[in-house]
Order: sequence, then structure tokens, then C-alpha cells
Amino acid sequence: MNNVLEVTNLNTSFWTPEGDVNAVNNVSFSIQRGETLGIVGESGSGKSQIFMSIMGLLASNGRATGSVKVTGTEILGVATADLNKIRGARMSMIFQDPMTSLNPYLTVRRQMTEVLMTHKGMSEKEATEASIRMLDQVQIPEARRRVNMHPHEFSGGMRQRVMIAMALLCGPEILIADEPTTALDVTVQAQILDLLSQLRRDNGMAIALITHDLGVIAGLADRVMVMYAGGIAEEGAVRDIFKRPQHPYTEGLLRSMPRLDETGINRLQTIGGQPPNLQNLPSGCSFRERCPYAFDRCINERPALREIGAPGRAKACHLDELSGARSPKIGVVA
Amino acid sequence: MSAPLLSVSDLKVHFDVGRKRLFGGGTPAVVKAVDGVSFDLKPGETLGLVGESGCGKSTLGRAVLRLLPLKGGRTVWLGQDLAKLDADAMRGLRREMQIIFQDPLASLNPRMTVGQIIAEPLTTFQPNLSANDVKARVKAMMAKVGLLPNQVNRYPHEFSGGQCQRIGIARAIINNPRLIVCDEPVSALDVSIQAQIVNLLMDLQKEMGMSLIFISHNLAIVRHISHRVMVLYLGKVMEIADRDSLYKNPLHPYTQALNSAVPVPDPEIEQSKARIVLKGDLPSPLNPPSGCPFRTRCPRATEICAQEMPELVSTGKDHMVACHHAGPPHLN
Repeated sequence: MNNVLEVTNLNTSFWTPEGDVNAVNNVSFSIQRGETLGIVGESGSGKSQIFMSIMGLLASNGRATGSVKVTGTEILGVATADLNKIRGARMSMIFQDPMTSLNPYLTVRRQMTEVLMTHKGMSEKEATEASIRMLDQVQIPEARRRVNMHPHEFSGGMRQRVMIAMALLCGPEILIADEPTTALDVTVQAQILDLLSQLRRDNGMAIALITHDLGVIAGLADRVMVMYAGGIAEEGAVRDIFKRPQHPYTEGLLRSMPRLDETGINRLQTIGGQPPNLQNLPSGCSFRERCPYAFDRCINERPALREIGAPGRAKACHLDELSGARSPKIGVVA
Repeated sequence: MSAPLLSVSDLKVHFDVGRKRLFGGGTPAVVKAVDGVSFDLKPGETLGLVGESGCGKSTLGRAVLRLLPLKGGRTVWLGQDLAKLDADAMRGLRREMQIIFQDPLASLNPRMTVGQIIAEPLTTFQPNLSANDVKARVKAMMAKVGLLPNQVNRYPHEFSGGQCQRIGIARAIINNPRLIVCDEPVSALDVSIQAQIVNLLMDLQKEMGMSLIFISHNLAIVRHISHRVMVLYLGKVMEIADRDSLYKNPLHPYTQALNSAVPVPDPEIEQSKARIVLKGDLPSPLNPPSGCPFRTRCPRATEICAQEMPELVSTGKDHMVACHHAGPPHLN
């Protein structure tokens, strides 16, 4: 049994006075031991809500159905007390903004030792020592002194290190990182990305890396899942996705990013229009209104995620093959 | 060689952040947000400002527009010293200089319709225009930035982030300005929308010939849109050069580190490249290091860096760098 995380037919919806919003539509995937899965998508694509559902952190009007197994144990819909035995211990999560996810009133030591005392039943003294070791491991200088500080005494990058240390305390099998470097400057982002890949090497844990930055994905992920309007648009090994994108949306995303290493300055290719309203998805394929390749079938029939070529390589698109020959529509504005 | 539109020399913006006690005394403290920056901007040129948060790039953008009081330095606009202008004359010039902000929704008044927002600069500077003329100009402007003119009576909250940014751009260009300061105009937008806005700005510049000061922490976008690029660190210019020269042949170790820190969306390059990883964080601007502000994180720092701030010196055509150890990277 090699899958650390196994998600089957996950659906997440939010009740609103204007009707239900389906944030995640029938998503299935798994992550193996030691593997890093990158999840890319724009705001509203459902990439964060998948993992909020998994962690049991949905807003009160949210509801998730389907199945989520962490090393074989079903955790979706179980009692909070049972879920608490798993989250923070076998699976933990770090967020985009480390300042708002740390408690400003408590010292780092209080927040870290609490995790170990709850999950591992350590004494306060043991827990403090373990916390200092962990802060050392994430390269916080003078950990023994720093552990008694409050979050506001740390810089943004240091706070993210504290968050990572806290998430790793119980040696989780999977770390969920939701935009872990988005709020940081590039030079600090480079430090945190280096740290994550080093920790992955040393601890052999699986990582689910959620981000909108394709560059971050390219550096860290083994496999990639591209999300659009709550569903998986395309998935596959990281090199396949970047070299031979098979979904028009992935292709559009890659073409619309200016690159530091491009030769000359070419006009950016854009994806026209905007992401659809989740309350009111178009019929058929949810990307068809922005898709340069759309044809009749896309209007009538929602494409199912199907395997293409290699195992683990799949896309939700009616097109047989994307040659990249057709130039996308430019400048269409809704 | 055309005369500069704007010529900035030794610009300084300092913020007094010291605590004052009720009966005098207290601890004086000054943040030198921009400290001795000089540059020229030609008509139709785009100058990119890059640097990490707290480096003074937004402050510089605002100081150039005189939205902030200056501590020192001169800004000369088409031969006129802006500091010598009275309030009325300055007000007249404001028509020529506009700004676009990072948060597209927050920079639009939620209680005004899109039509009112875009028309406001027009009616301010040309109060004699008839209502019909204003309406026609607003609708033409909406079409120009890619909005549907029939949405003129809607409110900002009815638009997406990218569309709000288009509204902000329409408001900025309706008076045909000669300069637009773009303060992180695409950072709040999704990747697929960023490209739309960057293309729009570049098209408008080509058509209308205005100059842009483009502030961003995204080096790839700055490279794409700028003719020249300035790298700032703790309020000081580290390097300023022609775009190709700066990206192909960066001479300052900070520019080199920034360049190598940007993740490239290509797994083969990204998973094998040797990155220059800087130690630590940006130092506090309240208490900057002596000498060169970058020396605490610089892989090449030596004794002289602690003693003297290096001068900004020219190293070739349109390329200036402030570093005692400037030179190509040797992966330190």
C-alpha cells in the first residue's frame, strides 16, 4: 500500500442564498509516499478547497462528499475527535500567510509544544527540546532563544519556517502546502523552496503543493494536476505537462507567462475572457468559452477525465491531440 | 536622442517614525525610504523598478508624482523644476501624470458608476465639456481598454479584478497623460489575466506614446514590458541599465541573486539549476547596515563594503552599477 493519500469522487459545495456553489466537482487523485504533487489553478479553481475539505477545515456552509483515505484510513465525514488524531500528526498543512495562521498572543514555544503534548503525550520539557531541534532543522538561527519569542518578532520568511517546523513536529506522512511562498519576496521564496526540497529528501514525506506559480511547480513537483472551475483539467508527470501540455487551458497558461529566459520579447499570448462563475457554469466543457479550439461537441457534452498515452497522464478535453499549431484567439474580452 | 520627459536627481524621501513624548524628547528615528535616486525618463520609454518589499519602489513612484513630500532632490518635468511650481501650476500638470494601483477594486470608489469614475479626470480638467461629449469620450475609452461600453452604468463590484484594472487604466489615460506610474498593476491578478493587462498597457503605449514607470516585484514581467530597468535595495539604486544589458549581463550581486531566485516554468531547468540563495532577510530600514546596504546578505562582501557606500558608476553604454565588487556572476 503505497498511497499516502487517496481521494475518490470528492465533491465540495457551499450553500449560499443564491444557490449552491460547487467548488470541487468529482475529483479523484492519489499521492504516493515521498511524492510531490503540484496543484495549479487560478483563484476559484477549487485547488485550495480540495485540501480544506480533506483537512476538515471547510467554512460552516461547506459540505464535502466522497472518500478521502490517509494511509488507508477513511477521514471524510468522521467525528472531529477521530479526525484530530490524524490531522497535525499524520497529515499537516501550512498556509500562505504565516502571520494570520500563528496565534499572535502565544510564544512559538507554547504553540509548538502544544502539538507534541497533544499528539505524542510528551512532557513540556521533552516537547520544548523537540521543538528547538525542529527549529534548528528548518534553519532558524539561535533556535533556543527564538523559541520564546512571539510571532511578530519574526520576519515573514522566518514565520513561514516556524509554520513548517510546527507542521513537521509529529513527522507527518504528508504535508499540504497551500501557496507557501506567495506572500514572500523572491529571494526568501528561494530559501523556503530549498528548505522544502531538503526536508522532503531527509524525511521522505509526501507533499501536496498548491500554487498558482508554474515556476514553483516546475522546481519542486514530480507530478502536476491542473485545476479549472472545480475540476481536473489535466494531470501528468511534471515534464510532460510543461513540454507537451494536452489541455488548451494548460497550454494557454504556459504561453501567457513571460519568462526570464525567453529570447527576444514576443507578444504575450493571452487566454481571453475570465474564469467562469461557479454558480453558473456553461453547458458542456467549463473552459469552452475561453478555448481557441472549441467545437460543437464542447457545447453539448462535458468532457470526462480520460487517460491519454502514459499511465497517470489524463485530460478532460474532447480534442484528440493538441499540436500547438493553432494560434489561440487573441484579445477576446467578455 | 530626445530630451528627457522627466529628470530626477538625488531624490530623497524620509519618513519620521520616531516616538515623540508629550513634553518633548523621545527617540528620533528616520526611515530613508528613498535615498539619493537619480534617473532620466525619455518620452515613450518604460522604466521598470524592481526590488523586494520595503526597497522603496512604491515610495519612489509616488514621490515622482509629488504625492509625497520630498526630503531633498530635484524632479524636472520637461525643463521645469516641479518644486518651484505653485499649487495651481502643479494641479495643471497633474493632468499629464497619472497612476494605476495594485488593488484594482480598492482603488475605485464603490459608490460611483464606472462611467462616473472614468469621467472624473475629464470633467475635472475640462469642466466646459458638454455632457454628451463626456459620455462619448468615456464610452470610446471603455472600448479602447477592452470593456463593453454598454456597462457604463454598472458599479465596480460587478466587475472582475482584471476588468477593474481596465477601468483604472481607462481613468488614467482619458486625459492623454505623458506619464503613468504603474504600481504593481498585475500582482493581484491571475496569471491568465496578467497577460491581458500587460498586452493592453504595451498596446496603449505604442498608440499614445506615453512613458511608463512600471513597479513590480515580478522580474519576468518587468523584463517583458520595460526598456530600462532599475534595481533598488533599501532605498538606494544598485543597478540601472538597458533591459537586455541588465538581464543578460547583470553586474551587481543583488541583481544576479534576484534573477537566479525567480523560478522558471521549465522543470528541466528549474530542477537542475544552481541557484544563488541569499542568506537572511532584508535588514530593517530603520537601522540599515553601514556602507553598502546589501553587504549583510552579499556573497562578495569585504571590509570596504562596511565602510563606504559604493558610487553608482557607469560601466558601459547605458549601464550603471553601485558595487565595490561588480562583475559577472561566478556562482559565488
